[in-house]
Amino acid sequence: MIRLERRPTPSRVWGAASPLLAVALTMVSGGLMFAALGQDPLEALRTIFWDPVLGEFAWYFRAQLLVKAAPLILIAAGLAIGFRAGIWNIGAEGQYIVGAIAGAAAGLAFYPSESALIFPLMVVCGALGGFLWAMIPAVLKVTLGTNEILVSLMLVYVADNLLASAAVGWLRNPDAVGFPGSRNLSQWEASANPELIAGTGMHWGVVAALIAVIFAHVLMTRHLMGFHIRLAGQAPRAARFAGVAPARLVLFCLGLSGLLAGLAGLFEVTGPAGQVSIDFASGYGFTAIIVAFLGRLNPLGIVAAGLLMAVTYVGGDNAAANLGIPGAAISAFQGMLLFFLLAVDVLSNFRVRVGRGALA
Amino acid sequence: MTALLELEGLTKAYPGVVANDDVSFAVTRGGVHALLGENGAGKSTLVKTIYGLVKPDRGRMRLDGQPFAPAEPREARAAGVAMVFQHFSLFDALSVAENVALGMETPPPMRDLARRIRAVSEEYGLPLDPGRLVGDLSAGERQRVEIVRCLLQEPRLLIMDEPTSVLTPQEVEILFATLRQLSAEGTSILYISHKLEEIRTLCDAATILRGGRVVGGCDPREASVAELAERMVGAKLTAPKSGGGAPGETLLRVEGLSLPPVSQFGTPLREVALELRAGEVLGIGGVAGNGQDELLAALSGERLSAAGSVTFEGHDVSRLGPVARRRAGLLTAPEERLGHAAAPDMTLTENAALTGGARKGMLRRGFLDWGLARTFADEVIARFDVRTPGAEVAARSLSGGNLQKFVIGREVLQDPRVLVVNQPTWGVDAAAASAIRQALLDLAAGGAGVIVISQDLDELLEISDRFAALNAGRLGTSVPTADLTMERIGLMLGGAHDMEAAHA
Repeated sequence: MIRLERRPTPSRVWGAASPLLAVALTMVSGGLMFAALGQDPLEALRTIFWDPVLGEFAWYFRAQLLVKAAPLILIAAGLAIGFRAGIWNIGAEGQYIVGAIAGAAAGLAFYPSESALIFPLMVVCGALGGFLWAMIPAVLKVTLGTNEILVSLMLVYVADNLLASAAVGWLRNPDAVGFPGSRNLSQWEASANPELIAGTGMHWGVVAALIAVIFAHVLMTRHLMGFHIRLAGQAPRAARFAGVAPARLVLFCLGLSGLLAGLAGLFEVTGPAGQVSIDFASGYGFTAIIVAFLGRLNPLGIVAAGLLMAVTYVGGDNAAANLGIPGAAISAFQGMLLFFLLAVDVLSNFRVRVGRGALA
Repeated sequence: MTALLELEGLTKAYPGVVANDDVSFAVTRGGVHALLGENGAGKSTLVKTIYGLVKPDRGRMRLDGQPFAPAEPREARAAGVAMVFQHFSLFDALSVAENVALGMETPPPMRDLARRIRAVSEEYGLPLDPGRLVGDLSAGERQRVEIVRCLLQEPRLLIMDEPTSVLTPQEVEILFATLRQLSAEGTSILYISHKLEEIRTLCDAATILRGGRVVGGCDPREASVAELAERMVGAKLTAPKSGGGAPGETLLRVEGLSLPPVSQFGTPLREVALELRAGEVLGIGGVAGNGQDELLAALSGERLSAAGSVTFEGHDVSRLGPVARRRAGLLTAPEERLGHAAAPDMTLTENAALTGGARKGMLRRGFLDWGLARTFADEVIARFDVRTPGAEVAARSLSGGNLQKFVIGREVLQDPRVLVVNQPTWGVDAAAASAIRQALLDLAAGGAGVIVISQDLDELLEISDRFAALNAGRLGTSVPTADLTMERIGLMLGGAHDMEAAHA
């Protein structure tokens, strides 16, 4: 018989080791899945994990890694703060979309000006767009007690439709006859978010992600607000006793995560994506939830998790293209990663005892 | 008299602690046997062993001469052992009869069960209506549900764990009458309590445990309370000494404080009024669930009340939250340690910052100085003798008594003007309890005002200058403790607050 015994204090060793164990378990079961699909499992894993980082064409993939990881990290850093407080913003995807649309619209209003102020203005408007979109579930929760999970999630679908109407309607490029999609922002110098160092994939979004991670780390470890956030998540009654106002926390956490998601959308639409198009929404807002948990809701862990997730994206595309592994298998593989991560998480709070012992 | 239950060399070790070490004693048929000991002396482990919840490492038990080794409570119940736990396991939203049925192997039809409940409750003088919702019952009535549930099994041995801690003196009398009747009918009773006076009136034998070992047995009717206490603790106990200074200016004034209940089964506060002066300890007694938590929340600022209802040092603080009240010097310590007074998974350092942030200067432009928090936590640990490997362990890893010392110490060392504590010594052993009481008295001697909300009447009589009773959310007028008798307190707790006024 296998029993779980609660540890008096969470184990630090397992707290650090469990993500590694989860990755190892994912490799094993993912390998089995690829083998069941008729692929050489080692070859598949090598294509996914090795090639993008250290393989022959890594110089190409490495730039892709940062491009994929930056929005994930930026969004996840914000989400993790809310998750620590028990405030579940599931709609970062919607805030990401609205941030992109708001920023793009603000910039395009001045087209074809070449003012140096346009890009900063777009950044501010992108952040504001995401912030305001997240304020909808926040204000509804504070005033009417609605569930932020449902409201924020539903608003993703509203944002999707907003995106479609912008792409084919009010933001459509008037010069591109018949084609949906806005003007190309990455080719208009005033709005472009270019690669800052050629060949690295480093753009302003990467810089913003780094700043956000440092900010989140300082907030959570040094600032009273971060302490209150952790307190509210772990012991809500103790938080009220300590003087935490739950409503303020809801507004802060949803607002901040929306703001960062909006920024991620803005940097994406002005850089790698280039324009507001119907297929702009790529699921970063949802994947960031996985990244946040994979990084154990810790800002520094999120950097590692975001990079790892980017590897599975880039490597997954690579495997799909070169080995013909179906995209659904890649998604299942990413799902395994989250599954194992949550499963082994139990080890940091519980001790596994094998064998029959006395009941305590 | 023959023995019903015999224990022989029972030993049970947990990692790091031997809970029971070679425990042997016998309970006679029809006897009322007391099990005495401080917290952590091993009483709970022992009764859990008898009830089949814990398997001993070594040793044997015999029930009625037959080997007895229950693997689970069901077996123990089948053999005629019943137990009333200290914490009730009842569902608020179900009726009395439904709750009783839930605990039975094969519940009879509800109508028969209701009849049997009524019959048993009448026979033993425990009035109980099977159709009422448990959520509407008082703590004493809830306990009756548990006892009746046991009596329906017609037990040969009834184990009672701290049964009187939630009862008024009058309810205690009713309970004792029932227990005596049971004993006269031949049912043995194993009675756990730390109230020595009760044990002397009720029990005819006692076994004293200390550190998991039996340190002796005696006939409690022939021993004095002091004697029993000293054998239990293994050292002489000194009663806390109050400074005895004259009360000073009014620090806290509460007038017309009314709050609606938080939940369906919550208690409202009704027109509560009180006045607390510097250098004074005000004791507030009452049976659990009569508004203690609600009163504390209204004073701590967790719940805001109508403007003008709470005045602290001349300022209206009714609309101020916990942080502002703390800054002003109005500090509180709630009853529930884990999850309310302290965050279970956070370290003691973090828990020190939970309330100590502002008054201990840990905040600088919104940033927390963890070094100072650590220093403060270490200070609390040292001054209040908190047994812990250090300040960096999670609060939940401390024993209840040690965490209680930490929580009280954290507030006392912040140098409050007024400190309100709810159940300051709940679950704390005698030595630590007396240290906590002394700290509260020292605080008052230093010119602060202290409000102690407690269900332990002995404690309130020992340390408070004035006493008031909380009943169904109403606070009676306070009376100097020196003028009080247990009987009068019982009447006050029952809600007969202003008897004198009526007579006059």
